[in-house]
Amino acid sequence: MTEPQQPETTQKGISRRNFMKNTGFLAGGLVGGSLFGGLLTNQLQKPETGTKNATHIVTEARTFFSRGEDFDILSAATERIFPKDDLGPGAIELGIPYFIDRQLTSEWGTNAKEYMQGPFPQTAAVDNYEKKDRDQSKQGPNADTQVPAPTPRYQTKMTRAEIFTEGIRAIEQTSQEKFKTKFKDLEPEQQDEILQLFDEGKAKMNGVNSNTFFNLLLQTTIEGAYADPVYGGNRNMDGWRMKEYPGPRMSYTADIDKDEFIVMKPESLRSYQGNEDEHGH
Amino acid sequence: MAKKLEKVDVVVVGSGWAGGIVSAELAKAGYKVVTLERGKKVDRADYIGVKDELRYTNRYEMMQNLAPETITSRVTMEDTALPVRTRKEMMAGTDLGGGSVHWAGATYRWRAYDFEIRSKTIERYGKNKIPEGMTIQDWGITYDEMEPYYDRWEKTAGISGEPDPLGDKRSSDYPNPPMKESPAVRLFKETTKKMGYHPYQVASANLSQAYTNPDGETLNACMFCSFCTQYGCDFSAKSDPLATVIPTAIKNNCEFRTNSLVRRVLHSGGKATGVMYTDTLTGEEFEQPADVVVLGAFSFTNNRLLMLSKIGQQYDPKTRKGTIGRNFNGQMNITFQGARGFFKEKKFNLYMGAGALGGTMSDFAGDNFDHTDLDFINGGGIEFRQYGHGAIATNNVPDDTPGWGPEFKKNSVFYANRYMRVWYTPAIMSWWHNYLDLDPTYKDEFGDPLLRVTNRYTDQDRNIAKFGVEKCTEIVKEMGADIVNPDSIPDEFDHIYDGGHYAGGVIMGADPATSAVNNYLQMWDMENLFVVGGSAFPQFAGHHPTATIGALGYRAAEGVEKYLKNGGQLVVSKQASFNA
Repeated sequence: MTEPQQPETTQKGISRRNFMKNTGFLAGGLVGGSLFGGLLTNQLQKPETGTKNATHIVTEARTFFSRGEDFDILSAATERIFPKDDLGPGAIELGIPYFIDRQLTSEWGTNAKEYMQGPFPQTAAVDNYEKKDRDQSKQGPNADTQVPAPTPRYQTKMTRAEIFTEGIRAIEQTSQEKFKTKFKDLEPEQQDEILQLFDEGKAKMNGVNSNTFFNLLLQTTIEGAYADPVYGGNRNMDGWRMKEYPGPRMSYTADIDKDEFIVMKPESLRSYQGNEDEHGH
Repeated sequence: MAKKLEKVDVVVVGSGWAGGIVSAELAKAGYKVVTLERGKKVDRADYIGVKDELRYTNRYEMMQNLAPETITSRVTMEDTALPVRTRKEMMAGTDLGGGSVHWAGATYRWRAYDFEIRSKTIERYGKNKIPEGMTIQDWGITYDEMEPYYDRWEKTAGISGEPDPLGDKRSSDYPNPPMKESPAVRLFKETTKKMGYHPYQVASANLSQAYTNPDGETLNACMFCSFCTQYGCDFSAKSDPLATVIPTAIKNNCEFRTNSLVRRVLHSGGKATGVMYTDTLTGEEFEQPADVVVLGAFSFTNNRLLMLSKIGQQYDPKTRKGTIGRNFNGQMNITFQGARGFFKEKKFNLYMGAGALGGTMSDFAGDNFDHTDLDFINGGGIEFRQYGHGAIATNNVPDDTPGWGPEFKKNSVFYANRYMRVWYTPAIMSWWHNYLDLDPTYKDEFGDPLLRVTNRYTDQDRNIAKFGVEKCTEIVKEMGADIVNPDSIPDEFDHIYDGGHYAGGVIMGADPATSAVNNYLQMWDMENLFVVGGSAFPQFAGHHPTATIGALGYRAAEGVEKYLKNGGQLVVSKQASFNA
């Protein structure tokens, strides 16, 4: 269910020319090339792809990233972390960039429930600390609840939302320095090379080690693939379908002792809470 | 100026298992009890139909808001402690019922060896087996004395299980039969049995059948729905304070005041007079006078309240004197290490499960095996648990898989239902250098200092972890996994407090020079102040702690009642020279 990029086609049958006319941009004579390109095309690039996705389309818009170009970098980066392949859709088709965009406005993105009082000694020692234990499966009752992220010692004044904004711009900066090309226009292997620098904490970034940002990016990408679709990712429950994960269910009492593997058609929180399933089941 | 309220018999701080049990028992005995809980009021309805992995597991819906207050953490006395800022690193339960609502439900009694660890270790191996600086001690109570309290708690909670073949004597069976066996659990049990071990089903607070407890509270049978650890139960089928002791307390006229953050224990002339608390919704301050004050909050809170209230003598690692903050202990990143197995041909329904569904064995627990030639003391359980995997959580890939990109995606999808992890739950011994005190720099929202943890690992910790990883690796290989990855042993404490098993600081014992409370959880230094919960553990045993906290709750309730009737110190201290 890819969404083709068609800059010259428009939403809901309104032509680009009519759109401009209706909004009065041309009449006011204020529209320069960059403003036009940066503002209007981004809003016109996502055509509707049919009735099945209609609800997703109206709920998909940027509410955190003010610059469309930042969002494009985010999209390209998440797609490399979780690429489309023969198993199923990748990050973009799953709606992961929109999931992340929304999370960054949440209390999690704004660190509303984290201790954010100073002093903030984000030192080299702390940075190094964050790089430890990357591959260790975590312990305890919550053993597997996190993607293989680091053991983060969060000692920065920046919120997660601020780390993302800085991180996305640092990706672009690194891309320009290394390849003199926009990140989103790089070959996939070149994009991987840039992301690898962030993963290893070797990229330049304001405020935090680039590895801190990369781990947040990795964590949210995975979350976007598999969280309930109500959060904007895992579109059509395709993330769950790939993993043969059934979504929230009332009971497995009848099946818990069965030997054979049971594949169930996934259901979402929306249907679990008693609302009508979007597919009419 | 705090508004002074009418005096009550007992004021209890905290509403988890510890505070909840004490509240219920004293209310049943006819005393006027007020229980203060800093979190909000919740009931079962809050957990119906909210099976949302992102919200609860990844965004910590049921964990304490750290914006107003957290702890600081460091490894050695020379380090500057830094705040544990995020809920990913600091998961302490909040709201009515406390951390006891989001628990998994795995239930273990601690061993006869644990309660008399110093004496029994010396008796079997000699004095030199305990290294200098290891400050483990007997509890001042034996397993046989604790047994009736374990039994009571198991009946209140409706624990479903079968006896540990290598466990200590029980006065009765668990009130409910063990949970069903899944094929993955069966594989663990059959394999370990073939290897000559003694596996059994993990005793569980996820109930195997509908059950009415001795207080008349009814629990339902577990549905194996998977949304268990870090969730409240959708079906009232996981035993927690909301389903048991809190309704019992309310029926007996105990008043629960939520959004009530206790900030000081008030005292004069060597006796507690009540507590001062703030209504977190209005900001108003109140003074609640009481004849007896019970601190039944999380161990960090119990410790900090005593320190802020200047009760007892702060432990000083340099002189090794003082009791408050002494013997901090708990299960951190060096525990729960084991081995991960990846199966190419076999698939398991791992998305099904329950918090305490699992198999375990005690062949390497406590002193069940000979330590003469081993470079550590004590042991732990070996467990396989089938929690019911969440989709976000399940990204287990063999060690040589990259952390992201095409191969990661391929393997994380392929192994989603072909992965098993067996781990060791080793005991954690106490040391002179691991302790709690107040941080000199970081403050809470009222300007009061945060609690500071100083904790480092020793060879004991690394050696016992290594031993566990070796045993788990053998088991996972024997289970038939195609790829077996042993966990690596962390060099040092990572300052992540995500398991809830943090204890000590207000420890139980027979000697007031090295313990803060007697075996009724009554303070040596203040006879009408009882401090209940994990804070009383002098060291951490090799199994999950909840049953022991439940048993201590019943023990403390009995003590408070005795005190209300007769007054005075309930236990004669072992040090004749001591005068309170």
